[in-house]
Amino acid sequence: METKSVMIVGVGGQGTLLASRLLGNVLISRGYDVKVSEVHGMSQRGGSVVTYVKYGDRVSSPVVEHGEADIIIAFELLEAARYLPYLKKGGTIVVNTQQIDPMPVVTGAKQYPEALLSKLQGTELNIVDVDALALSLEAGNAKAVNVVLLGVAARFMSFDGSEWVKVIADTVPPKFLEVNQKAFDLGYKT
Amino acid sequence: MAKKLFLGNEAVARGLFEAGCRVVSSYPGTPSTEITEFAATYEEMFCEWAPNEKVAMEVAAGAAIAGARSFCAMKHVGLNVAADPLFTASYTGVNAGFVIGVADDPGMHSSQNEQDSRNYARAAKIMMLEPADSAECLAFTKRAFALSEQFDTPVLLRLTTRIAHSRSLAETAERENGGLKEYVKNPAKYVMMPAMARPKHVRVEQRLIDQAMLMETDELNTVEYNSKKIGVIAAGICYQYAKDALGDKASYLKLGCVYPLPTERIKAFAAECETVYVIEELDSFIETHCKAIGVDVIGKDLFPLYGEFSQALVAKLILGEELPALTLNEDIPARPPVLCAGCPHRGLFYALKREKAIVSGDIGCYTLGTLAPLEAMDICICMGASVSGLHGINKANPENEKRSVAVIGDSTFMHSGITGLVNIAYNKSNSTVIILDNSITGMTGHQENPTTGKNIKGEPAAAVDLEALARAVGIKRVKVIDPYDLKETQDTIHEELQAEEPSVIISRRPCALLKYVERKPALKINREKCTGCRACMRIGCPAISIKDKKAEIDFTQCVGCEVCVQLCRFNAIEH
Repeated sequence: METKSVMIVGVGGQGTLLASRLLGNVLISRGYDVKVSEVHGMSQRGGSVVTYVKYGDRVSSPVVEHGEADIIIAFELLEAARYLPYLKKGGTIVVNTQQIDPMPVVTGAKQYPEALLSKLQGTELNIVDVDALALSLEAGNAKAVNVVLLGVAARFMSFDGSEWVKVIADTVPPKFLEVNQKAFDLGYKT
Repeated sequence: MAKKLFLGNEAVARGLFEAGCRVVSSYPGTPSTEITEFAATYEEMFCEWAPNEKVAMEVAAGAAIAGARSFCAMKHVGLNVAADPLFTASYTGVNAGFVIGVADDPGMHSSQNEQDSRNYARAAKIMMLEPADSAECLAFTKRAFALSEQFDTPVLLRLTTRIAHSRSLAETAERENGGLKEYVKNPAKYVMMPAMARPKHVRVEQRLIDQAMLMETDELNTVEYNSKKIGVIAAGICYQYAKDALGDKASYLKLGCVYPLPTERIKAFAAECETVYVIEELDSFIETHCKAIGVDVIGKDLFPLYGEFSQALVAKLILGEELPALTLNEDIPARPPVLCAGCPHRGLFYALKREKAIVSGDIGCYTLGTLAPLEAMDICICMGASVSGLHGINKANPENEKRSVAVIGDSTFMHSGITGLVNIAYNKSNSTVIILDNSITGMTGHQENPTTGKNIKGEPAAAVDLEALARAVGIKRVKVIDPYDLKETQDTIHEELQAEEPSVIISRRPCALLKYVERKPALKINREKCTGCRACMRIGCPAISIKDKKAEIDFTQCVGCEVCVQLCRFNAIEH
């Protein structure tokens, strides 16, 4: 099988690492060769963060480059626009419509681009928008945005719901299991 | 055992365990930190956070001489700090195996420079292995111990960010016998004074020849022939990039040992291929060797000497191929990392900005105080340079004494700030040193340090008393402030700058991300009172933004620190 590439992009502190860990574990249980590349160090500090997940018969490079990603899971709207060039022709972007102002916008040096979602939708790409913050609050915890988005992205991958359920149960601490399971379902089925 | 996904650093830690390693001493540094964190999860190994890399390497060197397989890890710049023991441990050699993990950061994801640690292998005449995925991280760590004992030498294990921080599959095995080797007194081997060191240097040179001979046939280096139009010589992550970009269109000489390099094997590979490329990030290291042995290769004439490579770069430069990429015709603002909501450094930097101070800075989260809107750092070079540099700033021009400060974190102060403070007291400058005591090593992801009262396992430990330490080196003015209190912070800084003797200010407040720190309920903006004056925006809190011309607080981020409340003249920020 040709190597598939998924990118998870967002803002440090949004929980992108848990999402990549869950995805990685699902892929291993399927018997794929898997590589996951993460950004550490600056990741808790509100910067732009990106995680690459690649799988197939044999994966060499752990990173994803322009025009290579089959799926991009964007935890924030501006980050979706930033990493758009990484998407493969015919690829899918799952985008959380939440907007988080970066510091140059906070200080007034830059503007947050207007109507970004409709501009994304104006491209020939497959854009799936979701209000993941609202769904995570519905699941019971604002921090479950990551698992909601993974649920949405799972619709575009060929693994069935039960595989995800098992991996979430194996990966997430018991006290957060219920909220994460619910968050995944809301993303997967909505 | 079933294969599982291992972070590269985690796989090194597993390799330590399986190799029967007994002592691990490190100082945290991205991207090397997790090696020691994972190692500490194994009961069979003694693990510690040392105050700095030099101490860590000396601990490991001592343990190896005493007969325990031992290890230390550091980032590339940490190896500069530990360079002194490195060069002479090369002469003494070992008793039990001694492996040094060093993680380079091409592209500077989280570093102040982009140095290539392979140069240390050559300069210190120490063998260096470089794994290309997590399975090799595990296997090469074990092999490094065997080679260390076989050749009576420390062995360097070089990682780069993309190897250290990528997860890939690896298979585990049982732990080898982690017994102690007997220690026998042998001053000719372990006391490096001139008469003993001279014959050692002769032995070190012969050792390199012997190692290079082994690498002519050793399985650490592998050859894979496909199309012979293109030949690639590469190690580590660059091998993966090449493989991804070129696949069967090229043949590969993959080097698992990057120092010393083989000669005949490279010549033989090059003779089989039409055009040979050396693909290596940072310096021309393998290429220089190839050219020295008369092998014609293409390296840095084509590839850059800086930055991270990728499969896309290899495809572009060798094949001239590029994938199409769609962009929005839109100015996308950058998103630099910021001081977190509730970060105790924020109030301090705001006060320094108000004071218009020259700020001699240091390495840690607080380096982010350089960025807008706080813009309160002038200089940052390396660990500890804030304190010693400030002394130089003040000696260059004594007028600076009333307007310049050093800022240094608690962990960085323990690492190499103390000696600079001794110098300030001893060679008297009226310097003002601010220790940002957030009770943790923050930037690398919350490691304990000698000031926190806990060791690497979270067990109670002796805690350095910073106030007493400052007094003990001869500083009479020692003040402690809470940086959440803006007035106290500003008044104290102003007062100490005016003082006619050196002073230390300890700005004390635990990191807002620490689990034991209580988060207060998020603050709210009273939109009727808010005039949209943007005074609260001057502290650069990521939780505050302007929406519809008035301030707004993001409830998911705000921790209720109330620093912004002190800036609002209209009492518009409420509980």
